[in-house]
Amino acid sequence: MATVFIPTPLRKFTNQTSKVEVSGNTVMEVIQTLTSTYPPLQRHLINADGKVPSFINIFVDDDDIRNLQQEQTAVKSNTIVSIVPAIAGGSK
Amino acid sequence: MKATVPKIVSIAASELDELVSNVEGTNEERCGFLLGHDNGVRVVTHVVPTTNIASSNRHMRFEVDALEYLRAEKFAASMQLTLLGIYHSHPGSPAIPSETDLRNAQPYFSYVILSVISERFKEIRSWRLNQAHQFEEETVIL
Repeated sequence: MATVFIPTPLRKFTNQTSKVEVSGNTVMEVIQTLTSTYPPLQRHLINADGKVPSFINIFVDDDDIRNLQQEQTAVKSNTIVSIVPAIAGGSK
Repeated sequence: MKATVPKIVSIAASELDELVSNVEGTNEERCGFLLGHDNGVRVVTHVVPTTNIASSNRHMRFEVDALEYLRAEKFAASMQLTLLGIYHSHPGSPAIPSETDLRNAQPYFSYVILSVISERFKEIRSWRLNQAHQFEEETVIL
């Protein structure tokens, strides 16, 4: 099973757990399994098109899945999948 | 009726000094992470500046590198601290979140904003999202 890292802002949806063991062969399968376990996470991690929203970055180990095979990136049993919220803003 | 719990973030003088020294002397927005303890009252114990990687308009935009974010989370965990929030500066503008700030805001986090006028620190205020995804001001104890 892969280990999914939950960022601080989303831990209120995982009972404050920061690491969750999740089965799945691809990033999308992992996310779907994760959101079926913690349904309130779904609106944060899957958009209306069934994809990871642009304001969420997903890393497989140290690589951004945008540089791999996006949501179809393969996940192995020892993979760490990190959910990273995009942090941005500005005065205007 | 459910009582409203006051939102409070405490920033000691040494951490405020770090914040001020990070945001002064530039017309570009500066940003970073706030680590500490959350026992109802949030107490900031570590200020971790990071690079504003916005590709343009850094005088009114900031963006944090995703790997830097991940490092901050790992650092917080290693120190048994909580990543309490994000700070950034508003050069030439008040310490009030903009629509851009609101659009990009994450739940839970304290958004500490430092107003910088003529490259000098003017004011610090902090904000947190409510359930309706609107900012509510936190009391900052210095």
